[in-house]
Amino acid sequence: MSSPTVPADFSGHMLDLDEDEDLEVFTKKTSMTDGSPMPNSPSSMVNQYGLDEEEEEQGTSTKDIFITVDNPESQVTAIETFIMYRVVTKTTRSEFDSSEYEVRRRYQDFVWLRGRLEESQPTLIVHPLPEKFVMKGMVERFNEDFIETRRKALHRFLNKISEHPILSSSEHFKVFLTAQELTPHRKQGPSFLSRMGETVRAVANSVRGLRSRPEEFVIMQEYVEDFSNKISSMDKVTQRIIKEQKEYLDELGQYSPTYTQWAGAEEELAEPLKGMAGCVELCNKETEELISHLADVLVPALHEYVLCAETLKTVMKRRDNIQADFESKSEALAAKKVDQEALKEEVDALADRVELANNALKGDWSRWQNSMRTDLKSAFVATAEKNVEYYEKCLAVWERFLLSQRTEPSEEQAGEDAS
Amino acid sequence: MMADSGSSGEVAVIGNTDITSAESENNFINTMVERGTALLKKMEINVAEAEKRTGKNTMNMQETYTVYLIETRPAEAVPEGGTPATPDCLWRRYSEFELLRTYLLVTYPYIVVPPLPEKRAEFVWHKLSADNLDPDFVERRRVGLENFLLRVASHPVLSNDKIFFLFLTEEKGWREAVLETGFQDKVDSRLKSLSAMFRVKNPDKRFTDLKHYSDELSTVIAQLLRVRARVADRLYGVYKVHGNYGRIFSEWSAIEREMGDGLQSAGHHMDTYAASIDDILEEEEHYADQLKEYLFYADALRSVCKKHDLTQYESEMAAQDLASKKQQKEELATGTVRVFSLKGMTSKLFGQESQEQRESRLAALEQSIQEGEELLKDKNTECQEFVRTAWEDIERFKEQKDRDVREALISYAIMQISMCKKGIQVWSNAKECFNKM
Repeated sequence: MSSPTVPADFSGHMLDLDEDEDLEVFTKKTSMTDGSPMPNSPSSMVNQYGLDEEEEEQGTSTKDIFITVDNPESQVTAIETFIMYRVVTKTTRSEFDSSEYEVRRRYQDFVWLRGRLEESQPTLIVHPLPEKFVMKGMVERFNEDFIETRRKALHRFLNKISEHPILSSSEHFKVFLTAQELTPHRKQGPSFLSRMGETVRAVANSVRGLRSRPEEFVIMQEYVEDFSNKISSMDKVTQRIIKEQKEYLDELGQYSPTYTQWAGAEEELAEPLKGMAGCVELCNKETEELISHLADVLVPALHEYVLCAETLKTVMKRRDNIQADFESKSEALAAKKVDQEALKEEVDALADRVELANNALKGDWSRWQNSMRTDLKSAFVATAEKNVEYYEKCLAVWERFLLSQRTEPSEEQAGEDAS
Repeated sequence: MMADSGSSGEVAVIGNTDITSAESENNFINTMVERGTALLKKMEINVAEAEKRTGKNTMNMQETYTVYLIETRPAEAVPEGGTPATPDCLWRRYSEFELLRTYLLVTYPYIVVPPLPEKRAEFVWHKLSADNLDPDFVERRRVGLENFLLRVASHPVLSNDKIFFLFLTEEKGWREAVLETGFQDKVDSRLKSLSAMFRVKNPDKRFTDLKHYSDELSTVIAQLLRVRARVADRLYGVYKVHGNYGRIFSEWSAIEREMGDGLQSAGHHMDTYAASIDDILEEEEHYADQLKEYLFYADALRSVCKKHDLTQYESEMAAQDLASKKQQKEELATGTVRVFSLKGMTSKLFGQESQEQRESRLAALEQSIQEGEELLKDKNTECQEFVRTAWEDIERFKEQKDRDVREALISYAIMQISMCKKGIQVWSNAKECFNKM
């Protein structure tokens, strides 16, 4: 495969720079209907498939590809142990030969895919992968929770790619979803050395500095900095809340046995005291559920966007490098007297490259912002709902108790009269 | 109010879950007033205020202490349009309350004497000051002292005590009056009863059971108070951390266009949420105070049991003493020595005593036996009286405890309900804001 090239005609289309020449791919972005009747219409697929809520939100009216990542299984070889995930794809897209695929992939495969997507589209915002390691807490790679968290994130990653108007048409993406054996495909692509070259140039450019960043990207850069700070803080605060809730839960658990013990020493009071014990136990359960929900819904969502913030920073640097490349060659052109023809061509090509990169980023930027808003909004709303539900359930518990105590005194009254 | 069969002092069951803890406290007091002792029919009692004073103590050193204002006014209905009569009032400090209680404990050993609020703040969760001069502590103590006075005033026996009446009405001469009763002498005997390691031969099962119960009650309530303090601490942490959301949302909203408003307003609600815990936990202190009262009541219960033990022990000792004297007399009369006695031994060793000596000894013994029989009769009567009066008060106490604890649990449930309602409100509001993002 050749290194990524910039097609001459840009004219407002978002491009897939790989081999796919099917222009229909581009129009799919603007018109979602294909005209021809589908054997499996997206809506019927929804019913069969049992989508997550998150996917339904993104999908708006038509989603023509459904991907799941599940069934993690341990693979042991002589050299290493790793986890394989099952990736199932159901699609009506015409560029896929079949409508259903099932393959097995490991984390490294996902890393490969993302790398290729980034290479082909250096200034598009490619959704991040879950981290390689977990720094604090569970470091066990084969810990159940870790695997499940990773699986969910990988699932989201593929779905995010599939929703991206440009990236989802990537040949690499298709290969990833369909090829039984990924290894032969992984061997192709830009050599390690050429990638090294890019990195060195990038460093050199950053040392040299940018002449001037266009205003909109200055603003974008500032936003990315601020956003990164805010989302990291959100992540930390949420982790802290979970920690506090867990400690609260631990202490709360002491109530029930104490009330029960007291009930054992009483006669008349045994019933209300046992009632109290029951109430606090129920509230305990609700607290546990609230904590689970936070950990399963809010934390992953925030964490994902912490990683996104890092991706954004990287993308902005790449754009800067592309501009720096152009500027340095441009300067060289201005300075040099010989070989003007060849250099001029190169500079022109780089100028185009800059324009391409900038437009790609600009276009993807608003898409990303929208996506971020939707994702975080849904996570926050879900969290608020869960809290409301938590308090409603606890309220019901205590109101039931209160009701039970109001009907009791009639027994007491009889006892009183007798004494 | 629940339908009342006419018996005085039926508990006013709370029919409204929106009742505040202040109202619940009022219900509580009304209950005691309804008990209708002669004293309470005459007068209303309040501990209205607290004030800081400085003065010289017994060691002539400057000290700062708090005094409490006791107000009493006639309990007549105020005529329409009329103003309530100005109350009589006097100031008392905590140590005077302590003196009063010690007097009552000693004078009525068979009564489960109501306890005072704690001397020092215990079972605190970390935000609450453990300082005796802290205004929150002083306020809660004020309430506790008023509660104590009302408890005594509504007690069928204690409310008739003259010294108690003087405590409420005589600022100056009270201390002298108390000391004049000579109750100090009985203090020693009381201390003896509490600390002595004596064994009763035929323990009264009811009192043994009661002692075990009071131990169990102490243990369980202390445990509950410890747990409550820890839970309060943790809950405080949870709520306060949410305040960070408020801060972050506010800062974040500044850099967002579409999301800004939603984030900003949600942030306000998070601040509200974080702030709400202060009131919630303050109210819960009331529940802790109710539990503490019964923790201390358990001590009072225990001391009645111990006093009973002492009384019974003295009875048994008197009986034993009498039996041994009778034995001696018999031996002296018949000349046989069945029981070892020094006199017997010496007479064996040094020869029999004369008839005169024997007769004078017999006479002395007779006298002693008679006194012994008197003593035994007194002791037995004392014991029986004690058992009778004690058991009456214990039954009264049990009913009171069952009612009060149930009320406390109900008011706790009400507090929880209020807390949940606040939570629902705040998070519903936040959700609406998030939806606008």
